[in-house]
Amino acid sequence: MTAKLTNAQIAWRAAQDIHDGAYVNLGIGFPEMVARFQPEGRQAIFHTENGILGFGEAPAPDQEDWDLINAGKKAVTIKPGTAFFHHADSFAMVRGGHLDVAILGAYQVAQNGDLANWSTGPKGVPAVGGAMDLVHGAKRVAVITDHVTKDGKPKLVAACTLPLTGVACVTRVYTSLAVVDIVDGRFVLREKLAALSLDELQSLTGAPLHLDGAVADLTCPEV
Amino acid sequence: MDKRISGLAAAVAGIEDGMTVMIGGFGGSGAPIELIHALIDCYLATGSPRNLTVINNNAGNGHVGIAAMIEQGMVAKMICSFPRSADPRVFTERYLAGEIELELVPQGTLAERIRAGGAGIPAFYTPTGFGTDLAKGKPVAEFDGRSYVQERWLKADVALIKAETGDTFGNLTYRMAARNFAPLMAMAAERTIAQVSHVVEPGGIDPEAVVTPGIFVDCFVEVPNPAQEEDLNRANAHYPEVTA
Repeated sequence: MTAKLTNAQIAWRAAQDIHDGAYVNLGIGFPEMVARFQPEGRQAIFHTENGILGFGEAPAPDQEDWDLINAGKKAVTIKPGTAFFHHADSFAMVRGGHLDVAILGAYQVAQNGDLANWSTGPKGVPAVGGAMDLVHGAKRVAVITDHVTKDGKPKLVAACTLPLTGVACVTRVYTSLAVVDIVDGRFVLREKLAALSLDELQSLTGAPLHLDGAVADLTCPEV
Repeated sequence: MDKRISGLAAAVAGIEDGMTVMIGGFGGSGAPIELIHALIDCYLATGSPRNLTVINNNAGNGHVGIAAMIEQGMVAKMICSFPRSADPRVFTERYLAGEIELELVPQGTLAERIRAGGAGIPAFYTPTGFGTDLAKGKPVAEFDGRSYVQERWLKADVALIKAETGDTFGNLTYRMAARNFAPLMAMAAERTIAQVSHVVEPGGIDPEAVVTPGIFVDCFVEVPNPAQEEDLNRANAHYPEVTA
């Protein structure tokens, strides 16, 4: 098994691309980890679908106020500059092009930018939340994910086989092995782990990786 | 004018079988637990209202609030974006048994459909859901080179919402992220019933701070120190209370 980045390292790498003053929505679960790795001297303002901009970290246990939660229904805090608003305004921020970046998880990302991240099929109770809204409107829609599934299948694919969250919406994918942009319906490799050959990476990817200039080494500190 | 009603039972009187009821809240934040439980009391006493369509972001958690309505058999259909929660078993069991209908709506589309219902806009176009299973059968149109899905307004017979402070004209403020869907639902229902933690006289709310103007509110009942769904669930509460 090739060495790969941890989830924290993938989140760290994604955080490096968030500029000072950016308005950012982080999906529930793994993407929330990106907030921990804001580079020194930069301050992003985080948006949560249920109606808060600029919320703070989780409170200490037993200090929770259940009127003050994020989209994952976890308790958060207010800090100077926090704003509250109703749900229609919240999704106007999303669809109206006001967010600089949305970072989501994925089951599959296709080379044309199609994303599947809400349903693994018809079993059980379907639930979509705000995922289908978030992929439309943010200036950048980025995915953070392991490069392959738990059983080793590519998550970057020619075409999604799982139910779509959105069509041609993803602009960049940060994986455990590489950073890949989606440009004109193709995967364009920007960075890869130095120890991994291009052929090895291609064998773990379900569609052709194109090159556009030099491929940088993907390097992350131990976090 | 005084829109105050004394007593929860009086506030929820007149909600009939088969009605569509919007219920404020995102998870537990903003859930009008006391109004919901008063409606359950009404059902247990009279057998009505039942066969309700309930519109909320979620489909209940644990055994209180909306979950308790479903558990009692009052709900025929849920319109929501995320029918899962920490403890979703009440909805899940009914859904998998085919005993409750589900209309799954993306969260922002749900909010905008409700807003449209309140604003007199019968349909609108959104990029959300284009090309996905949730847009199947809906009209699609292209504007400036991009494809959009037509979505229709949502209206209701009744909205049950929770607010922080209300004056007797029905002007409301909310507490932090508890406002979520409430200002939209207040606009979209034929009859909007609020539970309010603090009642003040007109002038007691700074006009600049009013979130929901009283024109959208039909009546309210004062409920000081309202229960939080999350606290009830952490205490494994059931409604009605069960004696173990």
